[in-house]
Amino acid sequence: MRYLPLTDADRAEMLDKIGVDSVDALFEDVPEKARLDGTVDLPRHKSEMEVERQLTRLSRKNISASEAPFFVGAGAYKHHIPSSVDHLIQRSEYLTSYTPYQPEISQGTLQTLFEFQTQVALLTGMEVANASMYDGSTACGEAVLMACRITKRSKAILSGNLHPHYAAATHTLAKYMDIEIKDDAAKPGGLDDIAADIPDDVACVVVQNPDVFGQVHDLEPIAKAAHEKGALLIAVFTEAVSLGLMKTPGAMGADIVVGEGQSIGVGLQFGGPHVGLFACRNDRNYIRNLPGRLAGETVDADGRRGYVLTLSTREQHIRRDKATSNICTNSGLMTLAWTIHMSLLGDTGLRTMAQLSHEKACELADRLSAISGVELVTDAFFNEFTLRLPKNAADVVEALAEKGVLGGVPASRLYPGKGYDDLLIVAATETNTDSDLDAFEAALKEVL
Amino acid sequence: MSTRFTKDHEWIRVEGEEGVMGITAYAAEQLGDVVFVELPEVGKTVSQGDELAVVESVKAASEVYAPVSGEVVAVNEALEGEPAKVNESPDAEGWFVKIKLSDKSQLDAMMDEAAYAEHTK
Amino acid sequence: MAMNTQGRPSAPLHTPDPGAYDDTFSGSRGLDQAEPLIFERQTYDKSGVDFEAPKGKPSRLGALERTDDLGLPGLSEPEAMRHYVRLSRKNYAIDIGLYPLGSCTMKHNPRLNEKMARLPGFSDVHPLQPQSTVQGAYELIGELAHWLMTLTNMPTVAMSPKAGAHGELCGMMAIRAALDARGESHRRRVLVPESAHGTNPATAVQCGFFCDEIPAGPDGRVDMEAFKGKLGDDVAAIMLTNPNTCGLFERDIRAIADAIHEAGGYFYCDGANFNAISGRVRPGDLGVDAMHFNLHKTYSTPHGGGGPGSGPTVLSAALAKFAPLPFVIKDGDSWRMVEDEADAKAQGAEPFGRMVAFHGQMGMFTRAMSYMLSHGADGLKQASEDAVLNANYILARLKDVMTQSYDGLCMHEALFDDRFLKDTGVSTLDFAKAMIDEGYHPMTMYFPLVVHGAMLIEPTESESKASLDRFCDTLEALALAAKAGETERFTAAPRYAPTKRLDETRAARQPVLRWTPASADTKAAE
Repeated sequence: MRYLPLTDADRAEMLDKIGVDSVDALFEDVPEKARLDGTVDLPRHKSEMEVERQLTRLSRKNISASEAPFFVGAGAYKHHIPSSVDHLIQRSEYLTSYTPYQPEISQGTLQTLFEFQTQVALLTGMEVANASMYDGSTACGEAVLMACRITKRSKAILSGNLHPHYAAATHTLAKYMDIEIKDDAAKPGGLDDIAADIPDDVACVVVQNPDVFGQVHDLEPIAKAAHEKGALLIAVFTEAVSLGLMKTPGAMGADIVVGEGQSIGVGLQFGGPHVGLFACRNDRNYIRNLPGRLAGETVDADGRRGYVLTLSTREQHIRRDKATSNICTNSGLMTLAWTIHMSLLGDTGLRTMAQLSHEKACELADRLSAISGVELVTDAFFNEFTLRLPKNAADVVEALAEKGVLGGVPASRLYPGKGYDDLLIVAATETNTDSDLDAFEAALKEVL
Repeated sequence: MSTRFTKDHEWIRVEGEEGVMGITAYAAEQLGDVVFVELPEVGKTVSQGDELAVVESVKAASEVYAPVSGEVVAVNEALEGEPAKVNESPDAEGWFVKIKLSDKSQLDAMMDEAAYAEHTK
Repeated sequence: MAMNTQGRPSAPLHTPDPGAYDDTFSGSRGLDQAEPLIFERQTYDKSGVDFEAPKGKPSRLGALERTDDLGLPGLSEPEAMRHYVRLSRKNYAIDIGLYPLGSCTMKHNPRLNEKMARLPGFSDVHPLQPQSTVQGAYELIGELAHWLMTLTNMPTVAMSPKAGAHGELCGMMAIRAALDARGESHRRRVLVPESAHGTNPATAVQCGFFCDEIPAGPDGRVDMEAFKGKLGDDVAAIMLTNPNTCGLFERDIRAIADAIHEAGGYFYCDGANFNAISGRVRPGDLGVDAMHFNLHKTYSTPHGGGGPGSGPTVLSAALAKFAPLPFVIKDGDSWRMVEDEADAKAQGAEPFGRMVAFHGQMGMFTRAMSYMLSHGADGLKQASEDAVLNANYILARLKDVMTQSYDGLCMHEALFDDRFLKDTGVSTLDFAKAMIDEGYHPMTMYFPLVVHGAMLIEPTESESKASLDRFCDTLEALALAAKAGETERFTAAPRYAPTKRLDETRAARQPVLRWTPASADTKAAE
C-alpha cells in the first residue's frame, strides 16, 4: 500500500502504547451489527500501472475538444491556457494547502486571493469581488438571495435568455426561501422586454450578456428601469473573455455581477470544477450581505503588510443559521489558475484573445449562414451565435459528430419541449484554426 | 434614575420616558475588539427580550436583546464609523439605542449595579 | 595547498546581537522573498501570452465595444513564474509537514490522481458535447457512483453537488421534497447538536427549516434524553455528524435513527468525518437517510487552498426519487445523462430541481476514482484503521500533558481543551501560533464549541510513526514550556513565519478588499 506509511511493527507498537489489543478495539463504539467482518464488495488495491491503464482506457472513449474541430459553448468555452498555469497550480504549496485559516503561514494563498478579487472587480467594472463561488450558476442563485437581503424584498425576475441551467439552479436555491421568481419568455436573437414591466416590489432583475443564444445587449436601459423601481440589476455572463472587448456590466449600471470564470485558466473539465465570479458595489449593505469568503489587507505586529480572511461574521462557521450562505469550501485552486492566467494576459492579451474569438465567430457565422436554408438568428454577438437550420439541430449535431466535428449545442437540449428544435448554438474561440472553420462548413453542407 | 442591568449584559439608563441602552463593560471585554454593530431602524417597536442589535468582533457575532419593551427613538450612528467606542466607552459614548419605554415597571425586575457585579463574578 | 575561493567556510566569525539589524534592505529574508502585488508593477503594455495578430475586421458587437482599458497588468512568463512561485513559498502545505486540522482530513494527495484528471479525455471534454462522444466520462461517473453506494450500502447517490455544504443542501432539499410529497410541509424543525459544523444550521435554514439545538451529554455525544424530549410531529430531520466533531462515534446512532424515523423525521448524516469509517462501517447499516461525502477529505482530492470540493450525496430508498437533475443512467449498452424533468419522470424520478449548471466536479471524480482504485476495498479499510490508530496514538501520548476533553478512546481525531493552560497566561490561540514556529500547521482551534478553547487534532493515515512521534514530542515540549511560565514563547509567536500576527481587527473595521491606485498613492504619501 504505497500511500500508507505505517508498518505492522509500528501498528503493534502503537496499539501497545494506546493500551488495546487490536484495531477492532478502537471501533468498539460502533454498534456490533454494523461492524463489517471483511471488506466491502469492491475490487482489491491496484498498482499505479493498473490504475493508469484502467482510467486511460475510459478516457479514450471520449472525444476531447483538441481532437476535433470544436465549436461547443453554451456556458463553457475552450480557450488556450498557457502551460505555466497548470505547472504553478500543481506546486505543493498551493495544491496541498487548505483554506487560509492561519494567515501567518498562508500569505501565498491570501495574496493571490486579494489579486483575484482585484482582477475580478476590474474585469467586471465593479468595485469589489469575493474570493469565488462554486461556478457561475450557483453564483447567480446566491446573487438573487443577496439582492433580496439588500432590498428586503422577495421577488426576482429572470430574463428568458438567461442560461436555462442558471435559471434552474437559481430556482432550486430560492425554492424554500419564500422567494417568488418569475421567468420571462425566451427570445432567440432579441431580448424579452424585461425593462418594460418591473413591479414595485421586485428585488432584482437578472440578465445575461451575451445571452445564452449569443446575442449582446445594452444593459443600461434595464439598469435604469430597475433602479427606478428600487430593484437591483444582476448582470450574468458565462463567457468571461467577452469582457475583453465589451463594455463592462459595471459601466452599464449593474449592481451585482456574477459569472462563470472557466474560460480563463480553468478549461472545460467536463463541467467542473469551474469558478464562480461574484462582484458588487462597494456599499456597506452589499458587502455585509456578500456570500462566501473575502480576503482583506492589513498589517502584522511589525507593521508589515499582509492579508487575512475578513468580515467572517457573515459566514456559516461563525453565524451558523444566520449566515449569508452555507458555502464553506469554494473554488480555491481554480481562482489561482484564473488569476495566473489573467496576470499573463493583462489588458493587452485579454483584448487580443477576445478580438480573435470575435473575428473567428464572425467569419464562421458568415460562412455557415451562407449555406442554403441556414439563417443567422443573432445579429449582434461576441463569440457565440445561433443558427436556424432546415433540420432538427440535435440530429445535425449527432451527424456532425460522426463526421468528426463537434458543432455546437442544440437549443432543444437547454430548452426541451420549447419548440427550438431547429436552433443550433455555435461558439468559436481563438483556438479554432482556418481548417477547423473549413471542416465545419464542409460537414454542415454535407449533413443538411 | 440609576442604571439597570440584564443577565444578558445589557444596561439601560432611564430619564423620563426614555432609556438609553448599550452593552456592559464586562460584555465588551468578553467580546474583544468590536468591529461592527448592526442597529435597528428608528421607529421600530420591540418587546422586552426581542433581538435589538447585533454586535460583532472578528470571530464572533452576538445578539443584543431589548432590555425593555418600547419604541426605538434613536440609534448611535457614530458606531458605524467607530465601532471601537463600544470597547473604549461601553457605558457612555458606546451606547446603542434610545428606547421610549412602554412599561416602566419592567425595570423593577432588573439588576442594579451591585447585583450585576455579583452576577458577573 | 591551493586555496579554492569557492570553498571558504560559511560559518560566521562571530554571531551578532540578533536585535542589531531589524530588517534587511530589500525586505526579503533569505528564501522568504518580499513580493509586491502584480498591480504595483504597473506593467500595462505587456503580455505573457502570444497570439496571431487579429485581422482587424469591424466588430459586430452593436455599440457595445469597450474603448477604455480595464487596468489589468500583464506579466511575461518569467515574471509570472517568479511572482507565483515566490508567493507559494509563504504557504504551509501537506507536502511540507503534518497538517492536523481537525475535521478537514488533510491527507496525502497522490500525484497519480493529478495525472489521471489531466488525461485529455477527462479534462478537455465539454459537458454539452453529443452524448455519444463522452461515454467514457459517463461511465466513470457511473463507476464512482457504484463505489460510493457500495461503501455506504445506500441505493442512490446524487453526484452533482459541488462541495460538502452543497451536498448538505442536496440531502436536506431531498428531505424537504419528501416531506412535501407526504403532505407534511409543516415539519420545519431540524435538530442539530451544538457541536455541529456551522454549515449544518446554515443549510437547514436555506431549506426553509429552523434549527433546534441538542445539547451534548457529559460524554461528548448526543444527550439521548434531551434528544428524545425534542421529538415531535413538527420535526423534519436530525443533522448529525458521525463520528462527531469531538472525534467520537455516536454509540446510540441506531437508537437515534430509529427514534427520528418513528417520529416521522429523517436522518441526515454529515459525512465530513467519513475517513474514520470508510470501508469499515456502512452508513446505510446505521439508518442514515442522506449523507454527503467530501471527496477532498476522504478520497484525497486536493484541498487547493480552499477548494474545489465535491460533495456527492447518498440517499436512502425513501429519498432516492427526489435526487436532483442531472443524473447518469445505463441505458442498454450505453450511458446516458438524464437532463430534464420529463425524462426524469419517465424514469420514475421526481427530482427536487437542478443544483448547478452542469453535472458536478468531474475533475474531482477522476481524482477520487484514481484514489479508490489504488486503495481498493482492502486499502480503504486499512486507511480508516490507520487514521483512527494514528489519532489514538496522539491521544495516548499527549493526554497526560494536555487535557483530553472526553475520557476514553477517539476515532480519527483527538479533542483537547485549554484546561492544561489554566493560569499560564497562554491561550489556545497562543499555543497554536507557537506550533507555527515549531514548523507545524496548528490544529483546528476553538471548534467544536462544546468545549473551552478546543484543540482538535486529526493526523490522518498519511503520517508515519516517526512523524507522529516528532509531533508529539514537540507538543509535549510546548505544553511543558507553557506550564513552566515561558509565556513570551507563545504570546509573541509566531516569530519564524513569513509574517508576525496579523491585525484582523483592523482588517474588519476598515475593510480593504482590493487594490486601488488611490490606496497605492496613500501608501506612498505615508
